[in-house]
Amino acid sequence: MSSKILEEANRIMTICNACRYCEGFCAVFPAMELRRIFTESDLKYMANLCHNCRGCYYACQYAPPHEFNLNVPRTLAQLRLHTYQEFAWPASFKGVFNKNGKVVAAITILCVLLLTLTSLARHGSSAFFASQAGPGSFYAIIPYPVLLVLFSAVGIFACVSLWKGMKNLWRATEGKAEMFRSPAYNLRAVWDVLRLRYLEGGGDGCNYPDDKFSMQRRSMHHFTFYGFLLCFASTVVALTYDHALGIAAPYAFFSLPVLLGTLGGVSLAIGTIGLYRLKKLMDKEPAYAEAFPMDISFIMLLCSVTISGLLLLVFRSTSIMGILLCIHLGLVMALFITMPYSKFVHGVYRYAALVRHAGEQIQANPVRKKP
Amino acid sequence: MKPTQEPRIDPSETFDVLVIGGGNAALCAAMTASEAGARVVLLEASPWEFRGGNSRHTRNLRYMHRSANGFLTGPYLEDEFFKDLLLVTKGNTNEDLARFTIRESAEVGDWMMAHGVRFQPSMRGTLHLSRTNAFFRGGGKALVNAYYATCERLGVKILYDAEVTDLDMSDGLFRSATVNHKGTVLQLRARCMIAASGGFQADLEWLKRSWGEAADNFIVRGSPYDKGVVLRVLREKGADTVGDPSQCHCVAIDARAPKYDGGIVTRLDCVPFGICVNKEAKRFYNEGEEFWPKRYAIWGRLVAQQQGQTAYSIIDAKSIDLFMPSVFPPIEAGSIKELAHKLGLDPDSLESTIQEYNAATTPGAFDSNALDGLATTGLEPIKSNWARPIDTAPFYGYPLRPGITFTYLSLKIDEQARMLMQDGKPSKNIFAAGELVSGNILGQGYMAGFGMTIGTVFGRIAGKESAKCLQKS
Repeated sequence: MSSKILEEANRIMTICNACRYCEGFCAVFPAMELRRIFTESDLKYMANLCHNCRGCYYACQYAPPHEFNLNVPRTLAQLRLHTYQEFAWPASFKGVFNKNGKVVAAITILCVLLLTLTSLARHGSSAFFASQAGPGSFYAIIPYPVLLVLFSAVGIFACVSLWKGMKNLWRATEGKAEMFRSPAYNLRAVWDVLRLRYLEGGGDGCNYPDDKFSMQRRSMHHFTFYGFLLCFASTVVALTYDHALGIAAPYAFFSLPVLLGTLGGVSLAIGTIGLYRLKKLMDKEPAYAEAFPMDISFIMLLCSVTISGLLLLVFRSTSIMGILLCIHLGLVMALFITMPYSKFVHGVYRYAALVRHAGEQIQANPVRKKP
Repeated sequence: MKPTQEPRIDPSETFDVLVIGGGNAALCAAMTASEAGARVVLLEASPWEFRGGNSRHTRNLRYMHRSANGFLTGPYLEDEFFKDLLLVTKGNTNEDLARFTIRESAEVGDWMMAHGVRFQPSMRGTLHLSRTNAFFRGGGKALVNAYYATCERLGVKILYDAEVTDLDMSDGLFRSATVNHKGTVLQLRARCMIAASGGFQADLEWLKRSWGEAADNFIVRGSPYDKGVVLRVLREKGADTVGDPSQCHCVAIDARAPKYDGGIVTRLDCVPFGICVNKEAKRFYNEGEEFWPKRYAIWGRLVAQQQGQTAYSIIDAKSIDLFMPSVFPPIEAGSIKELAHKLGLDPDSLESTIQEYNAATTPGAFDSNALDGLATTGLEPIKSNWARPIDTAPFYGYPLRPGITFTYLSLKIDEQARMLMQDGKPSKNIFAAGELVSGNILGQGYMAGFGMTIGTVFGRIAGKESAKCLQKS
């Protein structure tokens, strides 16, 4: 990692620690206040604790053009992007975070083409574009064993890489294993994630798209996050239907997997479009421009997955079902393959940082029992 | 975000209220006048990025309150508030106006929240203020941002880079202001004027008239735009003033701070835990007299009286973690002689000062959180608390300089924030608020968060009274 970025992060945190006016905004400042000097691991930990709410930028009396030239959100975003590269597993794939937008787009196109063209070749165009309906019609396009092997492989790969990445971060930031295993610290971190506490800015939201406080970003992230969870739940239920109950997809509109998936899909579409809009409108000064391709490509991939899924639901009894299914599954496959090398990692790393933060704060400020 | 276009100002128009200044008091005045129906123009001398004057660097406000709330830990009533003020000013205040300010402050908390300010419990390291002072979430710039947003919503026309250079007035009646707006000279007329443009601490030539050449070594902690032009012009045109021009809120800060605008981070809290010496490596005052925040305000003056307006705080390894982290690293050395060399002091003199001090320390329990009574014996000047020997390497030194926050020479006002003329009569249409009037109440000394109290109370009164004045005329 470039020591220049670390030097700059150290410089700004030293100034912030002598000021501390921003401690009401987020977790970074209370974490900073526990330290007098900042090691490389401290800085990497705090960079991943930062939710990029930008409250500290607009409130900063030392923000540029002041000669102290403090830009906390931008500096931490830059350092954060470097930690994504550093912690990537396997290490030989860390380059994917360079030119992330192009790589994610290329993988996405390849996956979609692969599924579409192989199916087309296997069925011939007349069968591929024949309208099909009823149980098992999806498997007529892509056989069940192929789906199972393909998606199990990419799913397992994504989980293992993300887990290894998180362990890399935990080790590099000198986290203690017992802290990470503590149910109390994990519970607090889960709660921080579920409500997105650090996009609340202490109560009025964060500074998006401009310097005024707003809950827009938090709301759009909620739509995205909970939409994603609903879609994931839908997939798990569908798998159970298929494997345990022997009921083959596609399912009726009012079946549990479809209801969950539809609700999740709509929520995910609202959230991702909302986040994209905020990215486009936002003040670019506190942002780190080189992270935009990573942010945008991830949002767009998520959005295309959900839109293609919803289209598939609408047109599943028509002749374009086959191609829609291939596109949708291709996009889902790309999402899983790129997961450990895309913006998705922010969730995993931030969670690890939040567990550490919960532990530090609980240890530093134990709740006194009333006598 | 920075406004993309300037508000349209028609110089042939006569506005209702012209507010000169862009800090807390000016904003409070502009919001109040606007809410009372006045068409308000606000002139901020600084560019948008540095708007807000010294308020940008503040973080709390002291106000009277009957009970605890979400961010204040207990009640703070008029008599205690006034007693605290008497302590710092040593009686150098106007009791009627001071008590009036304190009583008026009782309602500012709710009003501030209604105008966009958010409070938080007192910051760590400032727990001694947790009952009396309300802290702004995000500090003073967040407060200033909230007020500017409210002003914009209310339709206040705001001009940045708008420096008032002259005023057209006679017999205490304001007619127009000459404004240099980004190089263009405008003549802006208004039926009332509110002066809230701060003290003159950024005008070093003016400071020199009271302090002589020593002023060259002063550091201005706040806005470089507070040059006192409006104060000077008003005084020349018959306004009465109050306060000693040599009095100011001045603290000892890190000598390596920027000349202007260094704000809070330049303070050094290490003084009570070591000794403080001048360029001759001699001590000159009791470093352990009181808790640092309570004595903070006298050290600026003490350092200003030393040769070269410089002093050095010297501590050892035992004390390095006892105070708020400094923005500039301490100068570190393995021995006293090496430290003296690095600080540019005579090594033998420093060593003998420290030997003499160490020999005068007495055994006992040290407690950084209490006046521990651990005092020197037979040493002149005494160190009356926290006097531990300086004997554990590494040794650390911080250079100190006087850091001036604001001057106390003020426009004289009455309870309606009306500016008083030299003949004792109030001006018909000029009001004043903020640091520009602080000398009416603060004759000397300083009390944390009280500048913002004066600004908010008299800013609101000036806004309200100017709107009333419009109805009369």
